[in-house]
Amino acid sequence: MQNTDKKYNRLEQSLIAFFEKKKADLSANCSPKIVLSRQQAFDEFQRTGLPTSTDENWKNTRIEKLYNESFQPDNPPTGYEKSASEIFQCEIHGFDAHVISMLNGWYYCPEGMQLQTLKDGLVVGSIIAAQKQYPELFDRYFDEIAQNRKHGLTAVSRALFRDGVFIYVPDGVEVKKALQLIKIVNRDEKMMVNSRNLIILGKNSKLSLLHCDDSINHNPGFINTFTEVQLGENASIELYKLQNINNETALLNSTFIRQERNSRSKVNVVTLNGGLIRNELNVDLLGEGADADLNGIYLMDNEQHIDNQVFVNHAVPNCTSSELFKGVLDEKATGVFNGNIFVARDAQNTNAFQRNNNILLSPTAKIDTRPFLEIYADDVKCSHGATVGQLDEEALFYLKQRGIPRQDAYLLLMYAFTAEVTGKIAINALRSNIEDMIKKRLRGELAICEKCVLHCNHPVIPLEFEIDMSRV
Amino acid sequence: MKDESGKNGVLEEVTSGDYKYGFVTNIETETAPRGLNEDTIRFISAKKNEPDWMLEFRLTAFRHWLTLTEPAWAHIEYPVIDFQDIIYYAAPKKKKEFESLDEVDPELLDTFNKLGISLEEQKKLSGVAVDVVMDSVSVKTTFQDTLAKHGIIFCSFSEAVRNHPGLVKKYMGTVVPYRDNYYAALNSAVFSDGSFCYIPEGVRCPIELSTYFRINAANTGQFERTLIVAEAGSYVSYLEGCTAPQRDENQLHAAIVEILAMDDAEVKYSTVQNWYPGDKNGKGGVYNFVTKRGLCKGRNSKISWTQVETGSAITWKYPSCILRGDNSVGEFYSVAVTNNHQQADTGTKMIHIGKNTRSTIISKGISAGKSNNSYRGLVQVAKKADNARNFSQCDSLLLGDKCGAHTFPYIKTANSSAIVEHEATTSKISEDQLFYCQQRGIDMEKAIGLIVNGYAKEVLKQLPMEFAVEAQKLLAITLEGSVG
Repeated sequence: MQNTDKKYNRLEQSLIAFFEKKKADLSANCSPKIVLSRQQAFDEFQRTGLPTSTDENWKNTRIEKLYNESFQPDNPPTGYEKSASEIFQCEIHGFDAHVISMLNGWYYCPEGMQLQTLKDGLVVGSIIAAQKQYPELFDRYFDEIAQNRKHGLTAVSRALFRDGVFIYVPDGVEVKKALQLIKIVNRDEKMMVNSRNLIILGKNSKLSLLHCDDSINHNPGFINTFTEVQLGENASIELYKLQNINNETALLNSTFIRQERNSRSKVNVVTLNGGLIRNELNVDLLGEGADADLNGIYLMDNEQHIDNQVFVNHAVPNCTSSELFKGVLDEKATGVFNGNIFVARDAQNTNAFQRNNNILLSPTAKIDTRPFLEIYADDVKCSHGATVGQLDEEALFYLKQRGIPRQDAYLLLMYAFTAEVTGKIAINALRSNIEDMIKKRLRGELAICEKCVLHCNHPVIPLEFEIDMSRV
Repeated sequence: MKDESGKNGVLEEVTSGDYKYGFVTNIETETAPRGLNEDTIRFISAKKNEPDWMLEFRLTAFRHWLTLTEPAWAHIEYPVIDFQDIIYYAAPKKKKEFESLDEVDPELLDTFNKLGISLEEQKKLSGVAVDVVMDSVSVKTTFQDTLAKHGIIFCSFSEAVRNHPGLVKKYMGTVVPYRDNYYAALNSAVFSDGSFCYIPEGVRCPIELSTYFRINAANTGQFERTLIVAEAGSYVSYLEGCTAPQRDENQLHAAIVEILAMDDAEVKYSTVQNWYPGDKNGKGGVYNFVTKRGLCKGRNSKISWTQVETGSAITWKYPSCILRGDNSVGEFYSVAVTNNHQQADTGTKMIHIGKNTRSTIISKGISAGKSNNSYRGLVQVAKKADNARNFSQCDSLLLGDKCGAHTFPYIKTANSSAIVEHEATTSKISEDQLFYCQQRGIDMEKAIGLIVNGYAKEVLKQLPMEFAVEAQKLLAITLEGSVG
């Protein structure tokens, strides 16, 4: 099996050893399709190895610095003690949501609650439990989207995932209450957490999902998540990702969305903290009339690194897509944006839009942006834009002239800069909370703390910028 | 190579090959054996009577080339090139001469007429024996005199190696080192000839220098090398290429152009490239892999690239500017048209190193038929490049539903005072405009030519006068038959 002419690095070696040792364990309780998928992904991984920054799609993200760390790929499940919201207080104030959680890569719930059907017919639970219960759904959707734009790390999560979240919204079900998925890593040793999620929305269904990636200590870790989202005809998903992890942790979020006719996806990625974060968003518009609205905000400082990779494939005519990613980079933070709009031959009447705006606040911050267009159809409207710049000096002057101190004026303008993206968040309570977090983040007050990262549960004192009225 | 063609250089210069379509390798005397090894390089160097240091340079480049692999990142597809199946040196021999224009391929003549080339010139371009060698020698001498008066050196690269070794040694390979990329290494090893141009301090070159037709070396072959050095305070406008279609038997072209601009110097480099694009089914055509780079070495220097790319089956070309001097300026204006099965991956690199450097990129891509046209450009702002400013605009126009238009901009910014803007649009030719033209009795083909010219005007107006007129006609001709 082992490919002899390839030299593996430390992490690769430990992943290969882990798979070979724990093969039976990983495949326990899994259907033949999943067992086969694991094996295929593993073979693929052995062939390609982990991606490095010499790969075109990984340029400028120095992922290989992680490869010589000793991440433990195996971690036993933790028994259920109390609900995640009690331990971590991750509920967001005023945001009424059904909370599910993952701890160290395992679905975290009381015994016997591995898979539940909520009152409007929504099914949520562990992916391992679900594949036993819904084999026909897995036959149809599992691994179906995983084939494009794959790389070594997605192969790893596909081969080695222990658990993950399964969400199924049956045809015609519009889920009123949003779902909140809290993913937490909390262990004392260095860990690599591989997990895999499958989200299926049937015809005419609707779902709002908030996906939080948090860490609650300062231990280094490597979180590698692979998510497949299937949108049936006329289905609609709102997907919010909130990322606030420690500076020692690396996070890779690969999300693949497949959309059928007239379906709508709305994604909002808010990145507040993290040592190295890479969000891969791959959207395939496969049915006419499908729409994808992809947005992101990143506020990085220290030596944090953010990498947003967005790939939209217009495979059929009459689809629309929009990408808007904005970010502020301070201190020694580095950022990468790689947007790609692909319009296939004969995908006429395509409307695709892409924009990336960046503000660099310090002389040592860096941004690499690559807004690509690849177009093979002629009746299209496609545009893209990218800017790198500073805050508008004139606007700053205007504010200062009215007695607003420089620092506050700065914050106000940065806040306004991000508002274009946060304004697109449809759930009011969530929007105001995220806006508050951004305010805190801009003021440097949002950091990860001992017990809880976000203090979401506490009624928040209204946050306003301090404007010294006496000077106005 | 030069010796043979020196007498009637003009004749050789324009027609670099057989007049037949496709590629017929002209194997005659003075040909290096097929294939590439150190002996081939020694052979080339010996044929050209080069000094030892030049041979050494070639060999070092060759040894480095052996360690490289062909780049595969560009958005182009072509069969694997067998570098051992190429003849790297063939001294240009006398061309087969025709008795009169009647013998010349009528399609070629048709194109000449559309371009508005005079009958006399047509004869020369197509290789008809002309009795009166239309003053080519005298014209050449007149220009040479003018240039000499200003102290400007403008000669073939081989001549420069012989007569100005100090200058060549000092500047060759400083902007595009042989280690730069695969094709640069190949060129450095086997380059045939090219032009050398040196503008002394404070001199404003009174005429537009051209490698085509006017003064310079003929048939520089497939591995051309150009070096332009503009000393402090000088100015030169340099034209390369030819609007007339060139039937060239060389399938692979790998050229290098290096430009150095010292304090307050300005170099304007304009290219019109119209090599054989292959037939309507994508058979044949020139592979054009070019490394062009300018170094704004001094303060307030400026380098401006203007290119009109209509030919070649494959274009792989990124004329770049390294803005090292403070306040230096880089410009890139490009129109790239692809039709039938042509593929172009072209763009620029603007590398801001000095303070207060500025760059502008205007790129217009037009694709028709089954072609693919990509813009690929890098804007990089180094850490110390305070107040760097870039504006890029890359528009693509699609004519037909089987072609592709792609934009691959790379923006790397490591300085917080930089302002970098990129915008791009892709759209098809406006139905309204077409309808308007047709309604007024302008036929479809002419209407497209008109609209495309309007679309590319921003770039075309950067071209020197004599090129601009021909380039406009060229755009229309390239797009002929693209209307379904």
